[in-house]
Amino acid sequence: MAPELLTGWGRTAPTAAEVLRPRSPEEVSELLAAAGGRGVIARGLGRSYGDAAQNAGGAVIDTTGVDAPMEVDPDTGVARLGGGVSLDAVMRHALPRGWFVPVTPGTRQVTVGGAVAADIHGKNHHHDGSFATHVSALTLATPAGVRRLGPDDELFWATAGGMGLTGVVTEAVVRLMPVETAYVWVDTDRTPDLDSTLALMAASDADYRYSVAWIDCLTRGASMGRSVLTRGDHASLDQLPQKARGAALSFSSAARLAAPPWAPAGLLNRLSIRAFNEAWYRKAPRRQRGRIHSIGSFFHPLDGVSGWNRLYGKRGFLQYQLVVPFGAEDALRRAVERLARGDCPSFLGVLKAFGPADPGPLSFPAPGWTLALDLPVGPPTLASLLDELDEVVAGAGGRVYLAKDSRLRPELVEKMYPRLGEWRAVRAAADPAGVLRSDLARRLGLLEDTK
Amino acid sequence: MNDATSSPQSVLVLGATSDIARAITRRLVERRARRIVLAGRDRAGVERVAEEMREAGASDVTTVAFDAADVGSHREVIDKAFAGGDIDLAVVAFGALGDQSRDERTPEAAAALVTTNFTGAVSTGVALAERMREQGHGAIVVLSSVAGERARRSNFIYGSTKAGLDAFYQGLADSLVGSGVRVLVVRPGFVKTRMTEGMKPAPLSTTAEEVAEAVVRGLERGSGTIWVPGPLRAVMVVLRHLPRPVFRRLPI
Repeated sequence: MAPELLTGWGRTAPTAAEVLRPRSPEEVSELLAAAGGRGVIARGLGRSYGDAAQNAGGAVIDTTGVDAPMEVDPDTGVARLGGGVSLDAVMRHALPRGWFVPVTPGTRQVTVGGAVAADIHGKNHHHDGSFATHVSALTLATPAGVRRLGPDDELFWATAGGMGLTGVVTEAVVRLMPVETAYVWVDTDRTPDLDSTLALMAASDADYRYSVAWIDCLTRGASMGRSVLTRGDHASLDQLPQKARGAALSFSSAARLAAPPWAPAGLLNRLSIRAFNEAWYRKAPRRQRGRIHSIGSFFHPLDGVSGWNRLYGKRGFLQYQLVVPFGAEDALRRAVERLARGDCPSFLGVLKAFGPADPGPLSFPAPGWTLALDLPVGPPTLASLLDELDEVVAGAGGRVYLAKDSRLRPELVEKMYPRLGEWRAVRAAADPAGVLRSDLARRLGLLEDTK
Repeated sequence: MNDATSSPQSVLVLGATSDIARAITRRLVERRARRIVLAGRDRAGVERVAEEMREAGASDVTTVAFDAADVGSHREVIDKAFAGGDIDLAVVAFGALGDQSRDERTPEAAAALVTTNFTGAVSTGVALAERMREQGHGAIVVLSSVAGERARRSNFIYGSTKAGLDAFYQGLADSLVGSGVRVLVVRPGFVKTRMTEGMKPAPLSTTAEEVAEAVVRGLERGSGTIWVPGPLRAVMVVLRHLPRPVFRRLPI
């Protein structure tokens, strides 16, 4: 079979791999057993921004065609989901029945397996934790055989955030969340600077299930870090206007627009990004309470534009997401200050306070402030700017998110993820021959102790 | 692996002692490159470059004997470099200037220059492409020259070797589309180096450091061909289309 060129969602660093398309969990196991010298990695919907679901010169298992269950217990909300099933499909199935996924990222187009492997978080992390917290059982196809895992197993937590390097998740049992409607009520607050943003989040995030701030990382001076905070929770039936109550749980996930297949490099430049950020901030209400939004517009605004990543042109873009512990606000401020110089313009960043971490050694979320930014590739200072931010983050006891990484300096991985050694030991037991490989693992030296 | 900003972690340099190769390697070590394989004929010179790269921060520098004219050995040299792990980026930088007035009267010398500059570049190119295709990723940076765009009276033997090299690598680049391997053809103008010492710099002359910087930017931009300095591209468009009697009489 001819190799296919693959990239992550950021469309950088393409590499070629043979893409295998198994139809059943049994076939997944067979493919793992038959893997060649350059190994194999699972790939779902390709929403990791960097090279997590690529395996140059080896094989990539596309999990989206695996025949998979989608069963939701109507009374308890406990769902048996195939690893290649998208959260979009889960929502379309479960929402009309009154259940919602416990954690959703900024897009519905991720698979359940990917959600576990990246241990994804959403706007409710401070309230509900990350995805794996809501998983009660995993079926993991490893090169050493199929394992049924629960939260008491070390391999379960090595898989949560393990970036696919422990095996292929073929099934997960997930506890869904009951909802009365497919709507969310939202309070909006516009804040004038970074300090007031952090203060407001610290003071009242506990009152909300969902909380996130869109932060303008291009404005300097007194308004540096100005943000639009949106916080809310699922709307109950009586919070909906009368006329919406009849179809309170109906949910449409169709994209309304599609990005053109081709966009010039540099379409999203310093000027256009600055103008967008300005407009976004200006159009937000200073203070608004209880506005009703659909689930799609609140959680997944970009899903409305299919292929929006193409707008960054052929050079692509990268996402940088950091977390620094509470108390390290200075590090966060330094990061925002550096970004605000504007030589590497970023679209509205996302700022959020994380809650407690789960036990996964490579799970990204940890108590503290997280900031995520989309940055077009192109500015000559981008590589050194991000290296600089890495040092600030690592120095503050923070880390960057592996599911989004595409350029971290390998020397910093162990500093950012001090439990890497522990993870390696558990992983090696599940994959003694070292069959599971990815470009991410190669680039960062995740699998081997290089010291 | 090459990262999102096209910074490689492992680099193979063929013709490692050339000033341009050294400048490029140094720039890459300053970014992410840690494993460096240096290949060249002048063993002592290669060792000096190895020491320079270690001091610059490369943690794993090895050297390998390489003679561009000994085409029979190329596959083995390149296999040896890849045996230590993936090579993310290979720099094809070897080459000689020759001595035009001697070479145009000495068939053996002319053919030797062609072997080094062209035949050697072809055999290494084929071997590199094969290895990189297998690993599913990689980049090849090859030093061509504006002298290859149109042969000049004053150095047409050298120019013709670069014309051949340039054509070969353009075609190789096309053959590698979809393989995860890319090729960057670099066409510098007059570069002030040891190779050109004593020669009168042509207009728009440049330095090894500028070439290195342009290579890094070209990789980041995903370019296929770059001219250094950039304005040479437009100059060459004009020069290529001049009538021959005019071109021949130009003082270049």
